[in-house]
Amino acid sequence: MVWKNKLMMINCKETAELLSQEQDRPLTAGETLRLRLHLLLCRGCRSFSRQLGFMRAALRRYRDRD
Amino acid sequence: MSAAPSPPTASPAAIGRERDYLLRYAMLQLRDPVRAEDAVQETLLAAVEGAARFSGKSSLRTWLTGILKHKIIDQLRRAGREQPLAAPGDDRSETEIIDGLFAEDGHWRTAPGDWGNPDIAFENSRFWAALEMCTQRLPPRTAQVFMMREIMEMPTEEICQELNITATNCWVMLHRARLTLRECLDLQWFGRTS
Repeated sequence: MVWKNKLMMINCKETAELLSQEQDRPLTAGETLRLRLHLLLCRGCRSFSRQLGFMRAALRRYRDRD
Repeated sequence: MSAAPSPPTASPAAIGRERDYLLRYAMLQLRDPVRAEDAVQETLLAAVEGAARFSGKSSLRTWLTGILKHKIIDQLRRAGREQPLAAPGDDRSETEIIDGLFAEDGHWRTAPGDWGNPDIAFENSRFWAALEMCTQRLPPRTAQVFMMREIMEMPTEEICQELNITATNCWVMLHRARLTLRECLDLQWFGRTS
């Protein structure tokens, strides 16, 4: 099922970049919308999104463990 | 012995007990035992001398970490003067590394899989060994930016200012660091070959 709208659809590479930047700056409303839309349709990027959270949590835990 | 809670104080003994924590923190950022040791020594000294300024509102560890961050920045500046890291001319290769993970049409070459529940990994000492190894494998400049962000939790604007790089450059480096760390953990911990 392809309902690609060139304005709205971003690819995995662009999505990964936005997901990473989401950890460093607030995304614009447009970026957030395009990001969510892609995530809805892409399992790989959803995994990447969770992995980013995983890595951040792991580094903080590593830093703070006793 | 009564266990009545007493307000936290910055006694030399209490400060000394945080030494291991501070050293691990400094090592993550500086990756050099001598520099890390120096930063921690300076922190402990400053803390003992300035113990009166510890209000007890935050934990002693938080207060000490605040001092340590400044000492680490000092060390990074000193290190930068003595032996500058590769200039930000690495931009191109950063981009190339990112590009290499994606096909022409922007799809993942190997799509990320499910890492499962982090708490299960966090229970396993081998996970921490893999994480340590993977962070050490990051190239020096990338690691420096990444650790400023993830360990010292500095806002990107401050990192840019400190290293005199643009925000875009900073985001590219952080993204590259995350992608590289992800690949390494995927291989070393989750046993996936990609």
